[in-house]
Amino acid sequence: MSHSWSSKQTIGTPMAASGSGSEVHIALKGLRKAFGRKVVLDGVDLEVKRRSSLVVIGGSGTGKSVMLKCIIGLLEPDGGQVIIDGEETTHLKGRDRDRVMRKFGMLFQSAALFDSLPVWENVAFGLIQGRGMRRRAAREKAIETLAKVGLGPEVAHLYPAELSGGMQKRVGLARAIAHEPEIILLDEPTTGLDPIMAAVIDALIVSTVKEVGATAISITHDMASVRRIADEVAMIYQGRIIWHGPVSEIEHSGNPYVDQFIHGRAEGPIRMQLTKG
Amino acid sequence: MNPLAQIGRVVLHLFAETGRLVFFIKDAVFIGLSPRWYPRQILLQMIRMGYNSLPVVGLTAFFTGGVLALQIYIGGTRFNAESLVASIVALGITRELGPVLAGLMVAGRVAAAIAAELGTMRVTEQIDALVTLSTNPYRYLVGPRILAGVITLPLLVVIADIIGIMGGYIVGTQSLGFNAGAYLKNTVDFLQVQDVTSGLVKSAVFGFIIALMGCYHGFHSRGGAQGVGRATTNAVVSSSILILAANYVLTSLLFTE
Repeated sequence: MSHSWSSKQTIGTPMAASGSGSEVHIALKGLRKAFGRKVVLDGVDLEVKRRSSLVVIGGSGTGKSVMLKCIIGLLEPDGGQVIIDGEETTHLKGRDRDRVMRKFGMLFQSAALFDSLPVWENVAFGLIQGRGMRRRAAREKAIETLAKVGLGPEVAHLYPAELSGGMQKRVGLARAIAHEPEIILLDEPTTGLDPIMAAVIDALIVSTVKEVGATAISITHDMASVRRIADEVAMIYQGRIIWHGPVSEIEHSGNPYVDQFIHGRAEGPIRMQLTKG
Repeated sequence: MNPLAQIGRVVLHLFAETGRLVFFIKDAVFIGLSPRWYPRQILLQMIRMGYNSLPVVGLTAFFTGGVLALQIYIGGTRFNAESLVASIVALGITRELGPVLAGLMVAGRVAAAIAAELGTMRVTEQIDALVTLSTNPYRYLVGPRILAGVITLPLLVVIADIIGIMGGYIVGTQSLGFNAGAYLKNTVDFLQVQDVTSGLVKSAVFGFIIALMGCYHGFHSRGGAQGVGRATTNAVVSSSILILAANYVLTSLLFTE
């Protein structure tokens, strides 16, 4: 197994474009996770600045989703640390875990909407269950949030099965941001969408993240998406971060693995996963 | 393949599965039934499990009561025991056939439905989504279903008891020529409260088993549609077998002198 080309770049100056400070919101140190014999994360080190938008790229099965789930606390890593707002959250349980998880909103790959509830109740779910808001107030907030993602109130009483893929993603995004979280995680937000809808979703992500003032971490394979939504990009390969830099430098990374990935070449140093899991 | 290794693998798998189930039961009861409660969910599950199972349970009970009357009559002529038909139908239905058959029929319906619904939620990441929205899946999904099972199954069995005895009554008076008044008197004369209550205790346990196995297999679904299908089948089979096993244990506990 060839070892990763380690040309990790340090971020010196804060990002002028996003206006985020250089304060670290989320840090991963030596994160490790294996499923049985398969090692998925093999010492991931990453820092995400407050209010910045980081996009993590990498081949299928390289552990991007697992990393996201370790950050939010859906999975517990085998080793290493997850540090959020200076607090180590790696092995939190119970009430402490609940407290930290409230800082997050997550958009899942297939939106993961609750089939048995209408759209407004999906969007309001975190408000009713998490914040104990009354149903009527929550419904109003839900309709406001749907407007932010470009959906009118007529959608509110439809069921997820009646929506197109793009609309489901938008509802999923609305559900993730309804309670105004500090951190938004997006798992392949544009996968499966046509190019126009993908651009619409990307624009929504940029605007809502800015409006809510959140820190965003996205996973995607869609390089066009990367260029639209990222302030910084990190590439994961064989369980480690092999490159991390501002999106403007992605074409001049000097890293052959990054080059092969972003230009979509079949030939190159990257050894693709053949089996899943 | 080494046959010992194969046996070993099966045995280890069985132990691992049993352990996983025990941990799940612990979480289902201690987390799932603790506050915070979701009254709407509980009501919804009670309607799905209880009210919607009425037709199945009613039909099962009716035909079982009728068949029982027939069999006791025909068999009983060997001992000149035809007059026992009414009482044996009553005892048989309330003690055994009501709870067990209702349990098995509801297991087939409800355990499968629960496993399919929760399994689909699991493979589409809806259960993960619940967690990210500050909602504990044990409290929101499992607890209400278990509570609904324990409450609605005894109610279903009460109805099954009545309909079953009525089935026997109809066969007895229409086909077997019993006198209506005498039949009813015989039914009630030898029936004791504990016959009925033991049946209700059993059915509460069966309700618990049905909901539990549906939730367990649903929660642990893996691998897409095929995985959900497997979970559904396993839920029905395992809850049916556990109902029959629990029936034996409960019967011996409830009826020892």
